[in-house]
Amino acid sequence: MAVEFSPEALKQFETIVSRYPKKESAMLPVLYLAQQEFGHLGPEAIEYVAELMGQAPARVYSVVSFYTMYNMKPIGRHHIQICRTLPCALGGAEKITAFVKQRLGIESGQTTQDGRFTLTEVECLASCGTAPMMQVNDDYYENLTEEKVDEILHSLK
Amino acid sequence: MEKVLLRNIGNADSHRLSAYQARGGYGSWQKVVQSMKPEQLIDEVKASGLRGRGGAGFPTGMKWSFVPKDNPKPKYLVCNADESEPGTFKDRLLIEQDPHATIEGTLIAAYAIQSHTAFIYIRGELAFGTKRLEHAVQEASQAGYIGKNVFGTGYDLDVIVHKGAGAYICGEETALLSSLEGGRGWPKVKPPFPATHGLFGCPTVVNNVETLAALPWIIERGAAAYAAMGTEKSKGTKLFSVSGHIAKPGVYELEMGYPFKKFLEEDCGGVPKGKKLKGVIPGGGSMPVLRPEEIDKVNLDYESVQAAGSLLGSGGVIVMDETTCMVRAAWNIARFYAHESCGQCSPCREGCHWMEKIFHRVEHGEGRKDDLDLILNISGNIMGNTICPFGDAAAMPAAAFIRKFRDEFEAHIAAKRCTVRME
Repeated sequence: MAVEFSPEALKQFETIVSRYPKKESAMLPVLYLAQQEFGHLGPEAIEYVAELMGQAPARVYSVVSFYTMYNMKPIGRHHIQICRTLPCALGGAEKITAFVKQRLGIESGQTTQDGRFTLTEVECLASCGTAPMMQVNDDYYENLTEEKVDEILHSLK
Repeated sequence: MEKVLLRNIGNADSHRLSAYQARGGYGSWQKVVQSMKPEQLIDEVKASGLRGRGGAGFPTGMKWSFVPKDNPKPKYLVCNADESEPGTFKDRLLIEQDPHATIEGTLIAAYAIQSHTAFIYIRGELAFGTKRLEHAVQEASQAGYIGKNVFGTGYDLDVIVHKGAGAYICGEETALLSSLEGGRGWPKVKPPFPATHGLFGCPTVVNNVETLAALPWIIERGAAAYAAMGTEKSKGTKLFSVSGHIAKPGVYELEMGYPFKKFLEEDCGGVPKGKKLKGVIPGGGSMPVLRPEEIDKVNLDYESVQAAGSLLGSGGVIVMDETTCMVRAAWNIARFYAHESCGQCSPCREGCHWMEKIFHRVEHGEGRKDDLDLILNISGNIMGNTICPFGDAAAMPAAAFIRKFRDEFEAHIAAKRCTVRME
């Protein structure tokens, strides 16, 4: 089933491309726009972006698959990304991660049945001084404790 | 010590143009574009002794001077805001709390190489920082600091804020440029260097946020004032991001050459809960760990840390106390590099995963007699055999953990379990 941008999204696409000296440079922001519009970057979205950008679908696929922030499969409404790199590990990230898994009843890389939460473990988010911490969609939650995690999970509908 | 980088930070409004202007902000940019020739500007920054603060420490003025002046292609200036080195969070602070200093520095650097298009490449995860930056660019544009005919001098300069999409390797300058060209973040062989063949083959300079944020002060107060601080080879001040088992984690600005032990024990409050220091990484996750006795005579500057067998790098100080299992720490860092390898070079693509697997089995009671020498062998085969320094960044810490804490690794293998973790 082919997908395409709405007229508003097409306008945004034109604006994005016009900002750059060369069209190719717009690839990353255009992929973000497509992810926003279509929910995730599956095969149809990749083919559509390839058409818009005048590139081979395989090339667009190679870009999408390289970066962690492009989702090639659908994810839950709230993407919980817990940092696992050394400073956060020293700060108790492993315990917090185990706690979240237990609370949500899922493993890393999985989504809750109701589509509310997806959990992944990620690398350093430049928040080492306030470890342990997690990113949920666009927001950072720092200096986590089990109590704080419960509050945060409860507040994310 | 006079603050250069953190001087504007401290109030809730520090990110606003009004607050920045009230402290004389954009006065340096005006001085540069109205009254300085590019060669003059480059000489001034050379004289300051400013070195790149992303991790490599290359002299900034010298890097700018490599851009050929008679090349007809457009020049590009890129601010590297892709901060992803484990233990480092100083660029994020600058961008969130004082974005105008980075922007003003970006404009000054662009002028030095006669660029009319500057990019700020910011890692995708820093959504709040990106908002602050975009808003600040808007403010600066409305005020006429960015755009066409700046200060009526006829100089045009555009600034584009560009979001990354999650890849540590994009902090490496040639990988950043590959990404900015719309592709995978694949590093390129150097030479040629970006100064002559950068973005789309055009002369390009990539500078770190912290490097650029120092420029307004240097122009305002003069190169001599900056060079009066620090040591002979490490001039000025630097930001240190402190994390791990430490009483007062956070970002600190120090004059280069400050004693490491004093910094940890006094300024950062020492190791909490009465625990003893077991190891400390001075410059981010890619740098060799140091044992407590090794830091007694170390000062926080490029040459002193190098003499001690590590590197100042990004200044990401990661503190580990006696409860830390060094095998687990080594595995954690190895896992980071295995995940982040871009995959181009066989020694790195395969070697990083092998090292992660071997560290993992040592930590989990399945270590073999020859595993430590095997890791050292793999590490040695990665170093110097890759397109970019990522390979070295993965190889160095792996070897250092084993060399500095070999007893602990051997105990894990002999006991067939982790011998440090309190279960």
